[in-house]
Amino acid sequence: MIRRPAGLRLLAHLHQLFRYRALIQSLVARELEARYRGSVLGFLWSFVNPLLLLLVYTFVFTVVLPAAHPPDLQPFALFMFCGILPWTWFSSSLLEASNVLIAGGNLIRKVLFPAEVLPIVTVLAGLVHFCFGLPILAAFLIYYRVPLVAADLLWFPVILLIQLVFTLGLALLVSALTVHFRDVRDLLANLLTLWFFATPIIYALSQVPGSVRRLLNLNPFTHLAVAYQEVLFRAGPFTQWPWLLAVGLGSLFVLACGYFVFDRLRDTLAEEV
Amino acid sequence: MNAIEVRGVRKTYRRYSRRRRFATLKSALLSGRVLSDLRPDETFDALKGVSFDVVAGRTFGIVGRNGSGKSTMLKLIAGIGRPTEGTVAVKGRVSALIELGAGFHPEISGRENVYINGMMLGLTKREVAARFDEIVAFAELEDFIDAPVKTYSSGMYMRLGFAVAIHVDPDVLLVDEVLAVGDEAFTHKCLDKFAEFKRRGRTVLLVTHSLDLVTRFCDEALWLDGGVARLQGDPKRVVDAYLLDVAGVENQTLDEEAAERSLPASPAGPDGAAPHDLPSDMSTAVEGRWGSREVEISAVAFAGPNGQPAHVFHSGDPMDIRLQVRAREPVSDLVFGVGIFNADGVCCYGTNTDVEGAASGAMNGDGQVTFTIDRLDLVEGSYKIDVAAHRKNGAPYDYHRLLHTIRVVSGIREAGIFRPPHRWNFSGGIRITGLGR
Repeated sequence: MIRRPAGLRLLAHLHQLFRYRALIQSLVARELEARYRGSVLGFLWSFVNPLLLLLVYTFVFTVVLPAAHPPDLQPFALFMFCGILPWTWFSSSLLEASNVLIAGGNLIRKVLFPAEVLPIVTVLAGLVHFCFGLPILAAFLIYYRVPLVAADLLWFPVILLIQLVFTLGLALLVSALTVHFRDVRDLLANLLTLWFFATPIIYALSQVPGSVRRLLNLNPFTHLAVAYQEVLFRAGPFTQWPWLLAVGLGSLFVLACGYFVFDRLRDTLAEEV
Repeated sequence: MNAIEVRGVRKTYRRYSRRRRFATLKSALLSGRVLSDLRPDETFDALKGVSFDVVAGRTFGIVGRNGSGKSTMLKLIAGIGRPTEGTVAVKGRVSALIELGAGFHPEISGRENVYINGMMLGLTKREVAARFDEIVAFAELEDFIDAPVKTYSSGMYMRLGFAVAIHVDPDVLLVDEVLAVGDEAFTHKCLDKFAEFKRRGRTVLLVTHSLDLVTRFCDEALWLDGGVARLQGDPKRVVDAYLLDVAGVENQTLDEEAAERSLPASPAGPDGAAPHDLPSDMSTAVEGRWGSREVEISAVAFAGPNGQPAHVFHSGDPMDIRLQVRAREPVSDLVFGVGIFNADGVCCYGTNTDVEGAASGAMNGDGQVTFTIDRLDLVEGSYKIDVAAHRKNGAPYDYHRLLHTIRVVSGIREAGIFRPPHRWNFSGGIRITGLGR
């Protein structure tokens, strides 16, 4: 409570955050439990939602647009699913994070606890949902006998971790900024739509003309999506790992920036919320 | 050792003008003023340099009017927000009873909410588990603890919130006006819990409008007024000073009200009605002014102990009612009367010169009447005063019905109307202390 140099204060806040890990854990559990409370299928929705999504894409790409994709990517719906599942985690986490401090305004104004817990919980709850989608993905990968390389699968947790770091950084940034500029919410929704189409998820990076590909390479999520697709779907060894590690380093920087901005705005949150 | 040290704390809140309030990211970006738009163009000081210490183990009360900065001070001590200037240092674990049950999630059970709320307030999971039964028993929610919180009544919700917060077992407990959460029995339980805190040497900081609580519970009190510390010290002294100040402000408003209705020369309404139009029973009549006005009460004033005009009196003070009277024509049948009514319309006292045995009454020209009450032994509250000049048979010359207001303050919440001078004596094995403020 006594004024300390900003750097020390930031470290103290990080330490305090560590002490609240049990709370984060419980809040994530609460988030998941409360979401499906009162629905008949309950937790099953976490499996059913991605399954239905997969069926919709299968329908579109086998019945409506059978020729809209390269022949070497079969079944194409499954290829898309490899990118959509992590994208859903990413975009829903950011959208919820943009609202989470305002929705929890009462807490921030009246209870002393580190506010960054709230966006962190949103991202982690999204991660859990993502993980619930994985068995569905795995089941279909096995059903279609997609040739997987066991060594490639070791990359999977690394990709997941990098995406987690990247999402956390942006979620912290977005949640604190929204408190000051409510427009961030609407801006973000549209930006995410653009971002979705600027990422090779419903198309393959190889289909894109070279000049545009250079542009797409600037998009960090491109490399995450490609990494998921290579590791989970495409045959052959994972070759894009230098890109992935670069994104990993960038993500650490994003997280540091996000936390720094959040920490700087922390004292104004209780008043502006 | 000080549990809380507050040094020169100033808290400035931003107030945005209408133009800025609706400033958006877009306009900020377009005009390139992102940073300047984050700067407020108008500020408001909720606290203007407040310093005080709270010695560990003491119960400290903060009193003051609405908007005096009490709650802001409490939030700063709780660590919610940072002072704009100055420092706040607190030793030990702090728990704040500011908003009870903030952070309860309606969809999940009371049990899970207790865990999450407890952890939010700084307990570990194990600590919550160890206190869980006690918390539920304190909230009296044994039968409902597994029901979702959205099914709770607001009283149950508050009780659970209070129970969790108080079982955090802090070194410093901050309480903001939250004792009105339950029925009488629960309030007593809360007060017992505070007393237990006190016995165990914990520090309690209480922000409240219940002055009674401050004088009964606190070892020390601080009076905040417009963001400035006006007085700190013995709770009785601070509360008395505060009450006196409030009385001053009330005096002013009652004065202004009195001036507004300063009896006009030819008032409208029931005034001037013939005697037979009078309400048959004056004690049931509504407020107003009646009479034939041969004799006119042109001004009514109240004065306190030292003869100063006043509208607010301490219980037991002397009070003068002063009437300025003018007879338009000489009269030889004249009685003066006075009545005091409480807010419920109950007549507390009524008398006149006739019932007190005056043989005759006559008047010519101007005169003054002073009715002196040596001890105004009434309980706290607002009272309406009747004054009248009338004939022996009751026909009024000038009857002011419930037109004048005074306020009596005692700082104690007794029941009834009359406050006889009294004292308590105890003997044998009885020990009751702290009486006789």
